[in-house]
Order: sequence, then C-alpha cells, then structure tokens
Amino acid sequence: MKIEMHVNGRPVSGEVEGRTLLVDFIRHDLRLTGTHVGCDTTQCGACTIHMDGAPVKSCSVLAVEAQGAQITTIEGMANADGSMSAMQQAFQDCHGLQCGYCTPGMVMAATALLKETPKPSEAEIRHYLEGNICRCTGYHNIVKAVQSASGQDVTPVAAE
Amino acid sequence: MPKDGGIGTSPKRREDIRFLSGTGRYTDDINLHGQAHAVFVRSDVAHGRLNGIDTEAAAAMPGVIRVFTARDFEGCGGVPCGWQITSRDGSVMQEPKHPILAEGKVRHVGDPIAVVVAETLAQARDAAEAVMPDIEELPAVVDMKAAVAEGSEKVHDDLTSNLCYDWGLVEDNREAVDRAIKDAAHVTTLELVNNRMVANPMEPRVAVGDYAAHSDESTLYTTSQNPHVIRLLMGAFVLNIPEHKLRVVAPDVGGGFGTKIFHYAEEAFCTFAARALKRPVKWTSTRSEAFMSDAHGRDHVTKIELALDAENNFTALRTETYANMGAYLSTFAPSVPTWLHGTLMAGNYKTPLVYVNVKAVFTNTVPVDAYRGAGRPEATYQLERIVDKAARELGVSPIELRRQNFITEFPYQTPVAVEYDTGDYHATMDKLLEITDHAGFEARAEESKRNGKLRGFGIAHYIEACGIAPSNLVGQLGARAGLYESATVRVNATGSLSVMTGSHSHGQGHETTFAQVVAEMIGIDADQIDIVHGDTARTPMGMGTYGSRSIAVGGSAVVRAAEKVINKAKKIAAHLMEASEGDIELKDGQFTVAGTDKSVAWGDVTLAAYVPHNYPLEEIEPGLEETAFYDPANFTYPSGGYGCEVEVDPETGHVEVLGFAAADDFGNVVNPMIVEGQVHGGLAQGIGQALWENCVYDADGQLLSASYMDYAMPRSTDLPMFKVDHSCVTPCTHNPLGVKGCGEAGAIGSPPAVVNAVLDALNRGGHAVDHIDMPLSPARVWAAMEAARANMGAAQPAARAQETAGGRSVGTP
Repeated sequence: MKIEMHVNGRPVSGEVEGRTLLVDFIRHDLRLTGTHVGCDTTQCGACTIHMDGAPVKSCSVLAVEAQGAQITTIEGMANADGSMSAMQQAFQDCHGLQCGYCTPGMVMAATALLKETPKPSEAEIRHYLEGNICRCTGYHNIVKAVQSASGQDVTPVAAE
Repeated sequence: MPKDGGIGTSPKRREDIRFLSGTGRYTDDINLHGQAHAVFVRSDVAHGRLNGIDTEAAAAMPGVIRVFTARDFEGCGGVPCGWQITSRDGSVMQEPKHPILAEGKVRHVGDPIAVVVAETLAQARDAAEAVMPDIEELPAVVDMKAAVAEGSEKVHDDLTSNLCYDWGLVEDNREAVDRAIKDAAHVTTLELVNNRMVANPMEPRVAVGDYAAHSDESTLYTTSQNPHVIRLLMGAFVLNIPEHKLRVVAPDVGGGFGTKIFHYAEEAFCTFAARALKRPVKWTSTRSEAFMSDAHGRDHVTKIELALDAENNFTALRTETYANMGAYLSTFAPSVPTWLHGTLMAGNYKTPLVYVNVKAVFTNTVPVDAYRGAGRPEATYQLERIVDKAARELGVSPIELRRQNFITEFPYQTPVAVEYDTGDYHATMDKLLEITDHAGFEARAEESKRNGKLRGFGIAHYIEACGIAPSNLVGQLGARAGLYESATVRVNATGSLSVMTGSHSHGQGHETTFAQVVAEMIGIDADQIDIVHGDTARTPMGMGTYGSRSIAVGGSAVVRAAEKVINKAKKIAAHLMEASEGDIELKDGQFTVAGTDKSVAWGDVTLAAYVPHNYPLEEIEPGLEETAFYDPANFTYPSGGYGCEVEVDPETGHVEVLGFAAADDFGNVVNPMIVEGQVHGGLAQGIGQALWENCVYDADGQLLSASYMDYAMPRSTDLPMFKVDHSCVTPCTHNPLGVKGCGEAGAIGSPPAVVNAVLDALNRGGHAVDHIDMPLSPARVWAAMEAARANMGAAQPAARAQETAGGRSVGTP
C-alpha cells in the first residue's frame, strides 16, 4: 500500500507491505541508515525517532501507522546551518559515545527529554533514558552530555 | 608539538561527527546492487540426530533463489580453531569439526541447519519457516562435571569423551603446592561459579558477501574486530580462496567486546553463497539469533584453595576449574581458560607456589570464547574472592591482608610463567582509599543502618596481561598465529599522512588517538593525519583488536613506521640544507640544523620526496612511505584497585550500587578522556555480571535468556556516576610509548569488588554469609540471608546456587 509522510521536513512516499516496520521503511526505502536496529523487541531504543514530536521506537511501529506523520531522524537533527545541535555537540564534548551504534537513538531520546524537562536532574535523565541501552559507556558520560546540553555545569571530561 | 592534540591531551573524537550525524557506515548500512537475503534455519533443540532436511516446500516459495544445507559445503573446511592446548599427559586437545551447517547432528540451540536465500528478506524469512529438518532429539549435555563422567552422552560421537583437554600450570609445581597446602597454618577454600555472559554489542553481527566474476575476487563486509584474521582463516581453511582474491572489510563496527573477534559460519556462508549465486548475499542477525549464535563468555566452575602461614603470608594457591567450551571450539576458545587465565593466578601477590588445573568440557551449548577480559576476569574473581574470605576467616582487614602480600619488587617472575615488568600496587591501593573516602565509610554505614539498610564496602585488586603478545612465546603455548601488529605510514606529497593500521576500532577511538601519536612525533596538526583501518585491501596484514592490545602493539607499530619515515625525511632535509644528517632535528613540523638558523618545513621535504629534482637519488629512493611490523617483547601488565560501596535491602535482598571507584595504573596515557570512557564501560559490564546479567540454560539445554526481556542488560538507572583515576603511572618498560592498555580493566576488576561489598554488607548486618554466586539477584541474596539465619550463622549451602556443586554454571535465573 502507498504511504506518505514528512521525514526531516521533506515529503516522502513509498509502497510498503502491511507488515513493513517504520524502521525498515526509513532504513531501506528512504536510505536513512542513521537509525539503527539493536534488538527487534522494543527493549534497546537504538531505533528511537521522533514521530509528531514524540520519541517512539520505530522497530515497533508499522510504516502504515506513520501515514501523514511528521518524522524526524538523526539525519534531521543538525542546526539549519549544518552544525550539530546542542545535544549532538554535547555528546561529542562529553565523550558520550564510543561505538556510535546506540547514539542516534540516545540523542533522539535525550532531545525529547529536554523538551519535556529543560533542566533535568541526574535521576531524571537516568529514568528517561532507561529504555535506551548503551553497552560502551556505562551511561556516565551520556548523563553528563545531557546535563551539559541543558546548560548545566558538568565537570570537564578527563578532569574528574 | 601541537598544543592541544598530542600525547596526553584529550582532543574530541573525530569519528563522533559521523556517528552523531547518522552518516556512520555500519555493515548493515551496506546494500549492494542485486543483493539477495539469507535467513538461517537453526536448531531449536540442544542435541539431536539430524536425519534429514526437507527443503522442497521452501525452495518452491516466492522469491526463493536457493536453499543451502551441509551437502553444499562438501569440499569446504570447517570453522577453524586458532589455538591448540596440550594436556597434562602430553596429548593434544580433542578438536571436533565445526561445520558451516550442521552435519548429521545438531549440537546446540541455534546450531545452523540450513539457509534460505531469497530476493527479499521477508521472502527468505517466510521460506525459512517452511524448511523441515527431521531431528531425533538426544539427551542434552549441559552439566560440565556430568559431561566428563563415565558413560555420559557425547556431544561429538567421534571424540573419546566430552573432555577437550586437562591442562596444568605449572605441572612441575603440583606436588610442592599440594605439600604446602597440607602443611599450612590456615587454608581457605571456596567453590564458585563465573557465570556465563553474552557480550551483546549493540550492533548485531552482519555479513555481506560479494563476488566479482570478471576478476574472480570475493569481498566480505563483516562486523569484525580483525578483518585480516577473518581473511586468513576463511580463505585458507574454510573456502580455499587465496588471499589475493579475497578482501575483507570491517567498516564501522558497533561494539565488539570480544565476540566479534571470531570467524563465524555466517561469514563463510555469505562469501560462499555470493560465489555460488554470482550475486551479493546479505545476512543480518536478529538479537535473539545473536544470543544463540554469538560466542558466549566466562562459564567457569572453580574450586580454589589458598594456604597461609601463621603470619598470614600466602604460601600456596591451588585451583581446579571446569571451563565450558560449548558445542564447538570457537577461534580463541582453548586459550581463554589456560594462557589468559592460569598465567594470571599469581595476581598482585607474591605467593611462591601456584598450581592451576583446567578441564575444558564440550556441552550442548553455544560455543564459549573471549569476552571483555577473557580469562583474566575469571582469575581475578577467584583470587579477590578467596583473599576476602581468608581475611574474614582470620579476622583481619582485607585491605591489610592484601597489602601484606603485595608484590613490591619489579621485574617480578611469577610462579605461573609470566614476568611483570612494572607496577606499584600500594600506590593504587592508597589512591583507591582516598577517592572512595574510605575514612568516612563507617559514618555512612551508620546512616544506612538508621534507614534500615545494610551498607558494605568491597575491594578488589587486579593484574592483567595485555598487549598480546610475543609471537615466539604464544607459538610455544599453542597459538596457530603470530600476534604482532602492523602499520603503514604513507606521507603524501603535500605533507598530509595516511596511517594504515592492522588494529581495528569499534568504539575505542583509534582514529583520534593514533593520530595524536603521529602528530606529536612530527609536530604537525592531527587534522593532517588520516587513520585507515578495517579493510584488508587498504591496510597491511595485522592481527586486529582485542586483549587491550591496540595502543600497546598497534600504537607501537605506528611509532616504528613513523620513525622510519622521519629518519628518511631527515636524510632528505639534510640534503636540502646541505648539512650532515646527524645534525638534523625535527620539531613543530620544521627540520633544523643544530647550531644554525637553517630550517626547512615538513611539507617542503615531503614534496622533495615525490618531486625529486633536488634529491640524493644515489643514496635513497624517492617517495616517503614506510611499513613496520611490531612484535612485543613481553605482555603489558596494567593493574589497579577497585572499590564498590553498596546498600542491601534486608527485606528484599535488593542491592543498590551507591558508588564505584577505580584507581588504575595503565602506564602512560595517550588520551585521558578516551581511557576514562573505556573504564566506565568496563565497569558497567563487570557490575552487570556481578548483579544482573546471566545466560541461562535449563537442564534440557534450552536457552532461556535469548532476548533483552530475559537477559538483564545494565540500564541507565542501575548504575551510579563512577570515580576513575589513572594518576598512578608506572610506564611499560618495553614498548616505545610506555603504555599498557585499558580496554578490559573495568570488566576484570569490578565483579569481585561488587560481590565483596555485598558480603561485607551482609556480614556487618549479622548475616554470616561467606559466598553467593553471581549474579547477586535479590532472590539469591535474600535466600543467602535466610539460610544464614536458619543455620544460626553456620555454613549455608542454600547461599550458593544449587548447581554450583554439580558443575553447571547455568540453570537458574
């Protein structure tokens, strides 16, 4: 069946089967491979995107359910001038990523958190990101990145 | 020297830009024109006779190109093993064939039986469900001790038993150790399980095979930590493709932690099928498939005995370990419980006599191989648990008992073959006690008590052998490959550099750190240096990344190649400045002549090398490109002290990690930011092993923990902020950077610190519990407290998972 939606501000359309997952439509049909699949069971959050402004795990949404939706993926997170968003930049500044595989989902979830809670505490950050698994960082520097992106002072990396 | 980008500074990682913008290129992001999709049909029973496979219905389904079974691989080799261990009696280990697809029997849940290749992934999945294997189920071999008992069902009918090898280190010490234990003033004994782990890099494994008929060349894109090794193993031993006709590319790889070192059947399959079908073939693992096909880690069952004299000096140590190999021998599997484990059993202590016995056992489970730390976490866990237990039995401080027995003079020849070059264990202990505010612990414990909680502090020290490894030594020990590393430094005419390394980065940040090293040596900006890795067509033969070896071995190769380049460049500079080569100095990207104001820029020299109009052609060749292969003289020996503070809820047995601190000695550090990140990640995995993670099989060999709903990955809410310190520095004495490696330390030192902390909390609370097997789930902790209460503080068998004594490290969640 035919579907249409906006992805990263651009109108897109495609032919999908009823069982096609949104993440597969994004990765395979639209060739936006920044969104990753880590578990197939909605547990890891690597596939987190924004759908109509809310973070969703795109491995658990059918492509047809996104008919008419406004979708944002990691490829659409940069500022208008092409520079990294404050959250993306904070992840680099705080070494909040290593292998980079969970990172797009982590950035999407963290960005959504700051929309809801502009200055989250450490506990609020950890609670919000509980559905995003990272195997590399132990979350320490991810927490700091989110604090930093929200304008809170964090200890400089490699000085603690 | 660059002010902000040289050795010892923390420039931001250059690779982050692509990872943060969604432009990374992981293997699953690669889609080739005309690509077909492979789906594996896997055994859903642990052990069975494969009487036949009906593929007819599947082959007739829409989009199906071909269904492959073992018959298609006649003439191919099996998946090879890279190590051969020799048993105590001089016989070599039993080494079964590991076929690409099951032949005659299935031997673990997940063992591949057939593969459907179809036009689309959905069509391949649909057809895979129509493949009908005829399996006659056999009793599963799961319990290790039962597996090696007389009359056990055999995993491999053509082997004499399920015993892979029975290994001793050092056999000549055995009788002396036995005597010392018999004569000791005190002997502490502990039986424990090192629980089975699943590495779980967030990126599942992927393989894409391609074949170019015009040149008869195969290419494999794969999620690997060591593409050259995959090329060698797969080309030479499995598919008979000469290396010059085989290219292996490991692009961005989303974490490895050991499980992406090994050569897997799926890689060989996709390469083979692409040649057979003359079109690209892609396989992407699902997470559940990863749980039943990625090599697992740990899974040791051990009895350890520590003998002490009347002054509490350690006099002897004896261990007996059953190590699970799983159903087949994975690439490094035999080396993990032996040379990566037995040789570390001296730990940080000057115990004069050590004897280690390891029995490696085949079972109907997924193959077990290296997982972050590989053998060293198992050694550290045993040692640091038994030292704590001995301290409790003797009524002395676990800190002081450690200090009393620390090795203090270096180099130190251990009784288990290795020689530590440097270290200062008192320094890391001092630093640890400082950063954990150990002096304030008792006050915090009182505060917890007022809140109805039990607070405990646990400590562990570790030593590890990294920077593997001297090739001549590992050759004697049974390695079937060398373990050097390589680098090519290619200087371009205008002065920029491409550095091609055999190491592979899958999160470690080599593109940043290796560039820092070269930038410092030449004195140019790191932005002028590109680090190339992960492609056999673009890098010299290298052994890849594992065992915390990249900076110590790979980095040393980069240094050696850069030195060769600089030496040649100085000759050219001497010619250009009409000076003596011995007077040329290179600093901040400028060649100068000592004692004069003559200088020539780096870029002018590199240009002269490629446009040799004014050039000493009679002495040296044009061009500026050098390769070095670096074979280390010894292992490196990082060490450290780890401290964990926990609170146990006595009502539920729930453990909360309140604080975790690490004081490491990694020798010199190239990028402190990256080193700290490595420690953070290792700590999370080690704490995860101690408290939550557990790979569980039932008695029939069914894998019960095959998704993130059943296998408890550490999540953001489970962990505290960490305190990490690497200011204690005793540089490695035998590599040019003085570095030791940091990738595995966190996972090695943390599990015993956590368990010691929980037991400290329980004992402070009046529960006389002397051991609980990992993971310390609320159920296990609560049961141990109850059992201690029921037995009035006597030994409490229920405190251990019941399967410990039986030799099965798996069985209860």
